[in-house]
Amino acid sequence: MKWIGLVTVFICGCLLLFVTKDFPAWGDPSSPASTHLSTHFIEKGLQETGAPNLVTAVLADYRGYDTLFEAVVVFCAGLALLLLLRDSQSKRQQSVYYRHIPTEVTLHIKDPSKAPRESRDLERIDTLWVPFDIILKTVCRILIPFIQIFALYVVAHGETSPGGGFQGGVIFGASLILLSLSFDLRSVLKNINEIWLGFISALGIFIYTGIGVLCMFLGGNFLDYERLSLILPVDTTHVRALGMMGVEIGVGFIVMAVMVMIYLNLSSDGRLDEGL
Amino acid sequence: MLWPIDFIVLTLVIVCAIAAISVRDLLSSAILFGAYSFMMCLLWAIMGAVDVAFTEASVGAGVSTIFFVAAIFRTTRRSKD
Repeated sequence: MKWIGLVTVFICGCLLLFVTKDFPAWGDPSSPASTHLSTHFIEKGLQETGAPNLVTAVLADYRGYDTLFEAVVVFCAGLALLLLLRDSQSKRQQSVYYRHIPTEVTLHIKDPSKAPRESRDLERIDTLWVPFDIILKTVCRILIPFIQIFALYVVAHGETSPGGGFQGGVIFGASLILLSLSFDLRSVLKNINEIWLGFISALGIFIYTGIGVLCMFLGGNFLDYERLSLILPVDTTHVRALGMMGVEIGVGFIVMAVMVMIYLNLSSDGRLDEGL
Repeated sequence: MLWPIDFIVLTLVIVCAIAAISVRDLLSSAILFGAYSFMMCLLWAIMGAVDVAFTEASVGAGVSTIFFVAAIFRTTRRSKD
């Protein structure tokens, strides 16, 4: 059975390699891909959309529908993950662990109903062994704000430099995941709880489709950003870049919330109590 | 123009890909997959596709590796075959 698989893979690989010689050469100016549409995008892109980064201009303006449904795919992935993994009923661990910070003594409390309140001296810790890692926590505490500022920069400069809503959202989500890795899962949920994450991801879709529908109300087509110049005090080419930025912010919201949601549910088995 | 860098990165991509599917330990497989993503990111950057390289670095090498590690942490570290 293994041999049949190997032979099939080998033949398919040979066929693929054989077909690649029909491809146009890399960067060939006379290839079909760069004779019809690309020339139009390169020559007219900047004056039509007002966005110096052509990739964002194509993604968010010329191919706005594609990006909208990609964002919806990410949102659906988050919803499917919630349906599959989220487990709000079962409480597996019966006992909880606390650490008394001044003395670094670990308390093991078998009856959860007798658990003490958390305070500055007493913090709850995960069941698996967690060291008292002040260096790691301090470094991450310094680093996380810079990562978040960088993420916002990537979103805001999506139409002038590489990046955009998707990358910025992932970086922002990664900063929250870093918080959850270096501290614990509960400190993330204390700042932004599950309901807010779901709300933010839905809000992202609402912003994206809302901008599209707003253009329809102003008399244009769906996602025809030029119509926004009727309500915004800028000229018609720059308003397209502004519309793209609004859309990118929506995508950033969706991706950030879904990434954090996936991580929290995966690492805690859907119970959202103790993470990695 | 940069053929030595191209050659080294391509070789590392192939080595990482083969290592990631042949290693038994799933955690090392996840890390090798992250290394593979990072090499692919370098390759995109060499070819001038900076946006794709950016996405590959943040999603492929960053977040998806963490997802794999989280999934392995909650399941098992040994592969059956």
